[in-house]
Amino acid sequence: MQAEVKPHTVAYDRKDFMTDQHVRWCPGCGDFMILNTMRKVFADIGVRKEDFTLVSGIGCSSRITYYMETYGIHSIHGRAIATASGVKLANPGLSVWVATGDGDCMAIGGNHFIHAVRRNIDLNIIIFNNRIYGMTKGQSSPTSPEGLKTKTAPGGVYERPFNIGEAAIGCGASFFARVPDKDYKMLEETMHAAYKHKGTSVIEVLQNCVIYTDGIHEQITSKETKDENQVVLSHGETIRFGKDDEYGLVLNGMKLKKEKFGQSIPDEAFLKHDMHEESSPFHLALARMQLPEFPVATGILRQVEDVSYDAQVYNAIEAAKKYTPYKSTSDLFMSGNTWEVK
Amino acid sequence: MAEPTISTPVNKVVVRFSGDSGDGMQLTGSLFSQSSGLAGNDLTTVPDFPAEIRAPQGTISGVSSYQVQFGGTEIYTPGDKTDLLVAMNPAALAANLKFLKPGAMIIVDADEFNRKNLKKAEYENNPLEDDTLSDFRVIKAPIAFMTKEALKDMGLDTKTIMRCRNMFALGLVYHLFSRPLESTVAYFEKKFAKKPEIAKANSKALQAGYSFAESTEINALSMHIPPARLRKGMYRNIDGNTAVAWGCLAAAEKTGKTLSLCSYPITPASEILHELSARKDLGVVVFQAEDEIAAVCASIGAAFAGNLSLTTTSGPGASLKSEAMGLAVIAELPLVMVNVQRAGPSTGLPTKTEQADLFQALYGRHGEAPLIVLAASTPDDCFEFAYEACKLAMEHSTPVILLTDSYLSSGNSPWRITPPQELPDINIPEYKGAPEDWQPYQREAEYLARFWKYPGQARFEHRIGGLEKKENSGNLTYEPLNHELMVKLREEKIARVAKKLPKQNVYGPDSGKLLIVCWGSTYGSAKTAFTELLEEGHDSMGFTHFNYIKPLPENTGELFSRFDELLVCEQNNGQFAAYLQTQYPGLKIRNYNKIQGQPFFVDEIKQKIRETLEESEYAG
Ligand code: SF4
Repeated sequence: MQAEVKPHTVAYDRKDFMTDQHVRWCPGCGDFMILNTMRKVFADIGVRKEDFTLVSGIGCSSRITYYMETYGIHSIHGRAIATASGVKLANPGLSVWVATGDGDCMAIGGNHFIHAVRRNIDLNIIIFNNRIYGMTKGQSSPTSPEGLKTKTAPGGVYERPFNIGEAAIGCGASFFARVPDKDYKMLEETMHAAYKHKGTSVIEVLQNCVIYTDGIHEQITSKETKDENQVVLSHGETIRFGKDDEYGLVLNGMKLKKEKFGQSIPDEAFLKHDMHEESSPFHLALARMQLPEFPVATGILRQVEDVSYDAQVYNAIEAAKKYTPYKSTSDLFMSGNTWEVK
Repeated sequence: MAEPTISTPVNKVVVRFSGDSGDGMQLTGSLFSQSSGLAGNDLTTVPDFPAEIRAPQGTISGVSSYQVQFGGTEIYTPGDKTDLLVAMNPAALAANLKFLKPGAMIIVDADEFNRKNLKKAEYENNPLEDDTLSDFRVIKAPIAFMTKEALKDMGLDTKTIMRCRNMFALGLVYHLFSRPLESTVAYFEKKFAKKPEIAKANSKALQAGYSFAESTEINALSMHIPPARLRKGMYRNIDGNTAVAWGCLAAAEKTGKTLSLCSYPITPASEILHELSARKDLGVVVFQAEDEIAAVCASIGAAFAGNLSLTTTSGPGASLKSEAMGLAVIAELPLVMVNVQRAGPSTGLPTKTEQADLFQALYGRHGEAPLIVLAASTPDDCFEFAYEACKLAMEHSTPVILLTDSYLSSGNSPWRITPPQELPDINIPEYKGAPEDWQPYQREAEYLARFWKYPGQARFEHRIGGLEKKENSGNLTYEPLNHELMVKLREEKIARVAKKLPKQNVYGPDSGKLLIVCWGSTYGSAKTAFTELLEEGHDSMGFTHFNYIKPLPENTGELFSRFDELLVCEQNNGQFAAYLQTQYPGLKIRNYNKIQGQPFFVDEIKQKIRETLEESEYAG
């Protein structure tokens, strides 16, 4: 059977996951919140320190590897997921995490992203989505919103951006969550859930870059507007948002529609969130919700049980070992047509 | 009709089986090779199949051939030209006439030389009836008819019966070389265990062919090729790709490591991926990645995680992997990349052989990125060098590129099955101190290898990556002098591997006018050419062949200095020669390059050596 991640017996503190390296993000960068939360989660999760491996690509996000006192690989641009896949398959007993950005993961690393998700390999992928290339100083990324002025689109971006949730769920993701960087509680819970989930967990963090896209997620995350503009999903509960939770979602034909509670529409017609629903169109619809027509959905949009790729690989190995006539290389080499020279 | 030139006593023979791709020629050839091995002969084979998966039946483009040279002496090549051609249809005859020695013997299935097939083969007249074949000894065997006769009582349909024609032909050839039938019959019984009637049909056809030969003129031509003097031990035939896969399996077993293979399919390397995919039973973790880059990056991840890590590819894939190979260099992780070279650039001639990725292996990464480069020389020594690549990677904490090529990958030669206890030890440098004192870029003193510590090992948690490392601590640093030091250390680490390598040998006189130099798969033709010339009395030349490309063996320069001139034979535009020039400036080098997607013929090299010797004589 597949090796399970070994539980630890030592109690950790988040300080146990601090390295001696100076953290080099810009003051006020959303990345700090992710780092702090990650340290806390790793301390609490119940995995021995030496059994974590954190893999990153290239970009501001990917510096995080140096700040976490675990095994880590700061790989090359776009290849964090590919590298992490090799780690996980080589030793499925490890808890493998990926830190990547919108450029790293959705542009140069897009191919690895869609295939990891398709395979459902047990990686926890955190995408720091600041909707810009930060480290290379402000070029458009595949998630830059239309109209955003960037170094490479001085007149405003005219490409259509990726919606990461839509891309992930469209590729068959078994776990997708969207979390604002400010909401460390939600991030903490989501990371725990991602760890528990056997398969690829994709967490999109709406991360603020104070230098190039400061406030880009503000409408969704700020105190003043978040009630209206963000719907926090909770499994099994009716979807509600608005200052007084007065709004909900109903189905109108094949589309979602925002409606007020307590008016012409009966309460039963309002949608409940079921993140475990295997069929994905509804999760996709939630992922696609955008301002101003809809609030942006956060929390765990989708979590369905499915066998992970690494489990499949090791199951296949176990099965092959059971039925093979070869117990060693000698058995193999001596099989078939051989002859002896005396 | 000319007299047959295959007359006893002969020491080596080249046989070519040829037919339509549907005629089972590869199987026929490999069964014949097996029987040659069993008879104690040394041998080398080469397949030659159509480029298209389904070429039109009966046409020249649909011809599939299998050539084997076997003999009572050491055989290094499948032979330049053929002594015996088995042609199952007119197209096979037409396609192969150019490969025949004058006076060669041709066995044809005369029944297939009907108007329809002749037309497909673009023959206006039947070549069996005019003087097209007057230079050859032709045996017109009614193979189709006799096969039908032999199997007529078995209640099989015509298609199944006709599929056994190849075994009838094989029976004929077995008789010619006095081969026993038992092991082949046993093979059918095993292979078709679930379809005993098919096993029986094949055996019957084989026996019928054998008996038919007895009652015809072939009987008089039978000959005995004596066994070769091979080293004692158990043998089997092996192709280069299987040998690579098995060499890595052996290294994993020796070290108790799990073998991880992360690859992407590419011609002509895919068979390594196929073989190891079938070796889950020996615990191999195979990952067919979404692309070449993912494959190499996953291999880096697997190496970091502590597995023996392998990625296999061919030129175009090697290009895609080059950035990540740089990461493996700076991370100083053990990783083996096998490049089964094919003719480039770009898609080039994807099914043809070449040695033109040497520069890429040596230099094809940005920055100063040295690594070990090895090259295998024969299908069977792909085992040895794959094992060696794994050994050096782990002992020196470095990526290693093993170069093989299309010619080696599909060729077969007998492999002496190396008993596990004969495999050299693999000594992975071991850190013996306390975890607190360990640093990620601390080095073992003699060879400067980094100690390999990986996830799961408590108190050795550390980070690696592509950014420059501080000596010892491995912390990030942009210090100018540290970068220079690290560049030199990485180069020195590879240079020191030379201390461990076997001495470079010279065959023949160990000094003189001309040193024939080759590397990788040109070994077979060059060694044969050299040996034959030596036997003919040319004694002012030596021969040396390289498997260790970077670093070169320590005595290379001294060895070169004993000869006036070098003749470097390689299948590219002079890359190894140019590399040698950078390592040993001032060498007098002549190039002999063949860049036709085909291996050297022995005769070509002999001719070139003769010319060179004459020229240098003339030059004084
Ligand atoms: S550039 Fe932006 S994303 Fe990068 S560290 Fe600074 S604030 Fe953070």
